[in-house]
Amino acid sequence: MRIHGIKFDDTKNEGTGSVTKMERRKFLKMGFAIAGVFAGGKILGLTSIVGSARASDGIEVEAYPYSPHYSMVVRQAICIDCERCVDACKKTNHVPDYGYRTRILTKKYEGKWDKAVEFIPVLCNHCNNPPCVRGCPTKATYKDPITGIVRMNSKKCIGCKTCILACPYDARYFCEEKRAIDKCDFCWDERLSKGEKLTACAAACPTGARTFGNIADPDDIVYKLVHQAEEVVWVLRPEDNTKPNVFYMKGTIGSVERILKGTKYRYFDPTKI
Amino acid sequence: MSEVEISISEKWGYNGLAAIKEASTAYKMAMGFFALLFLVGLAFGLHGFFVGYRHVYGVTREIAWGLLISTYIFCVVTSTGLCIVSSFGHVFGNVAFMPIAKRAVFMSIVFLVGGFCIIFFDLENPFRLFIWNVVSPNLRSNMWWMGTLYGAYMVFMMLEYYCLLNQNHSVSRIMGFLGLAVGIAAHSNLGGIFGMLHGRPFWYGPYLPIYFIFSAAMSGGCAILFFTTLGARFNPEVMNETMQRAVKAITLLTIYFIVVIMFFTLWKIITGLVSEGKAPVIESFLYGKYAVNFWFFEVFLGMILPLALLIISKGRKYNLIMWVTGIQMIGIFFMRYDIVIPGQMVPVYHSLGVVEASHLLSYTPSWHEIMISIYGVSFVALLYLAGERLFNSHQLQKHEIVPEGAYVCPGCGAIHYMKEGETIEEAMKRHHGGW
Repeated sequence: MRIHGIKFDDTKNEGTGSVTKMERRKFLKMGFAIAGVFAGGKILGLTSIVGSARASDGIEVEAYPYSPHYSMVVRQAICIDCERCVDACKKTNHVPDYGYRTRILTKKYEGKWDKAVEFIPVLCNHCNNPPCVRGCPTKATYKDPITGIVRMNSKKCIGCKTCILACPYDARYFCEEKRAIDKCDFCWDERLSKGEKLTACAAACPTGARTFGNIADPDDIVYKLVHQAEEVVWVLRPEDNTKPNVFYMKGTIGSVERILKGTKYRYFDPTKI
Repeated sequence: MSEVEISISEKWGYNGLAAIKEASTAYKMAMGFFALLFLVGLAFGLHGFFVGYRHVYGVTREIAWGLLISTYIFCVVTSTGLCIVSSFGHVFGNVAFMPIAKRAVFMSIVFLVGGFCIIFFDLENPFRLFIWNVVSPNLRSNMWWMGTLYGAYMVFMMLEYYCLLNQNHSVSRIMGFLGLAVGIAAHSNLGGIFGMLHGRPFWYGPYLPIYFIFSAAMSGGCAILFFTTLGARFNPEVMNETMQRAVKAITLLTIYFIVVIMFFTLWKIITGLVSEGKAPVIESFLYGKYAVNFWFFEVFLGMILPLALLIISKGRKYNLIMWVTGIQMIGIFFMRYDIVIPGQMVPVYHSLGVVEASHLLSYTPSWHEIMISIYGVSFVALLYLAGERLFNSHQLQKHEIVPEGAYVCPGCGAIHYMKEGETIEEAMKRHHGGW
């Protein structure tokens, strides 16, 4: 049911009379995918509403509030649970044995699914509306005003653990060595601030299940993966209205390559509306 | 104004350390026992502080708030409750409630400090709190407001108590009102800490801030009944006519608030059962892991038994009141535990259907956590016993030492001074306003 190579911009308006039921269904389905109806909510609406304009019902055109607006897309169908990301994270960020900044969850399907097991990497979602930042009494955890990364200022942490309970993604733990809460900072301290382009986990992943980049840049692969029209993209716990910056899709090994070649996916481009 | 010069100790009803020395051996042994528990608990706390709480506490990454937080909440709920109950009399002028005011305000401060003793050992970096709460405040954080409001609450309560001792009833009334207002703000905000964690469905919503206030009023009534009737065992003289009237009034009030809390609990159960996020917790209360906590401690010991026996006592059977309110305080302790721990038992990824989060989480307090809780509670018990002796059972002076020109107020039991040519009734009206 996927749509290949239709150049919508070049098509003439033929009126609705000549549209067959099948085409109408395809069109609606695509619209739903953009609007994220399959995911149980608006995908684009899950990111910040700052600077947003409503293009049409169900589609919000975004101006992402940070630049670079670091985000990650996890293609969970191609995660093989090798845990190299977890190891790379521990090594890069000096995570103690009793803690973790990222982990891989296992989901077992029963019934007629095409895969019996799926692995879901989880980490800090660097929410645009982070409950941990609101909960912290001393602003020890804060939203970086440039990159949108939720970071820690360890010396201010009083260790009240409110942020641990506020986080709906189990992304935080108390690190004895730092005498503060420790969490994923998209490797800002250890890699990005030193000029690296990828987080340790994304760089270590052998299948490319974690794609890291700048969602504010339409040429970035993360932007393209989130805004493509054909595969459903979702976030974890949308009901908490945290507006996360870690997106999930089933995905395949070829997803990124196809987007780069422009062969398969079409993606939603707000500038052309 | 022709106030008679009297010594501070007489004015305050302060009996000095000699009063403790004169106490019976059993009384001193009880004080020694609690002092010992306090010191042992403190030693456990300091040990944890230096080796790292991670090694000695039962809390985990997922269940980060444990027994210490629930005991802290038990203490501060009781503190706010005592403040609420005391305010009926000496803030709002209801004469029947006045005789309990001094003891209630004293115990309110003691419970608050006891709570602070405990939370000191829960915060990983308690000393940073004093710096960064001031230098880097986050006004959107309930936790910041909790520290700030409870700090202000303690200051007002101490000023109120000082004015009560000094028999400066007009200032004490203002301080009492401010203490009550800040106390209610602080305490509903404590409920708000839980109620605004929207990633935790069991806590989220306006229920807890409201529940905390009514629950505090119930705890306060229960606590003051317990401490008053227990105090009367040590010093039967305390149970004079005005105090008998006060106990009767507070018994009625406590009965009322128990019914309110039953109502709250009933609707918590009914509404929770239809919510996907809350149902696992509610089911664990009804017939799961927390069934004993809920049915026996929280419902039976905390509500049904005290409700029935307080009604039977008619506010007159003081031994019965003492036993039943003492038992109810145990039940109330479990009520607090049943808010804090079960609220964290559903893993955040439970709804994702993953293997790692398929089971409900469990928590068992460690010995360190138990001993530190005992340290806080022993502090309260020790200061209660000391306070009874030091401050002459929180009564004012006995008749023989009422100074010239003053009288013992039949309403509040306090010593009032008459202006020249004023009758006792006129002076009473002046002291207690037009109420």
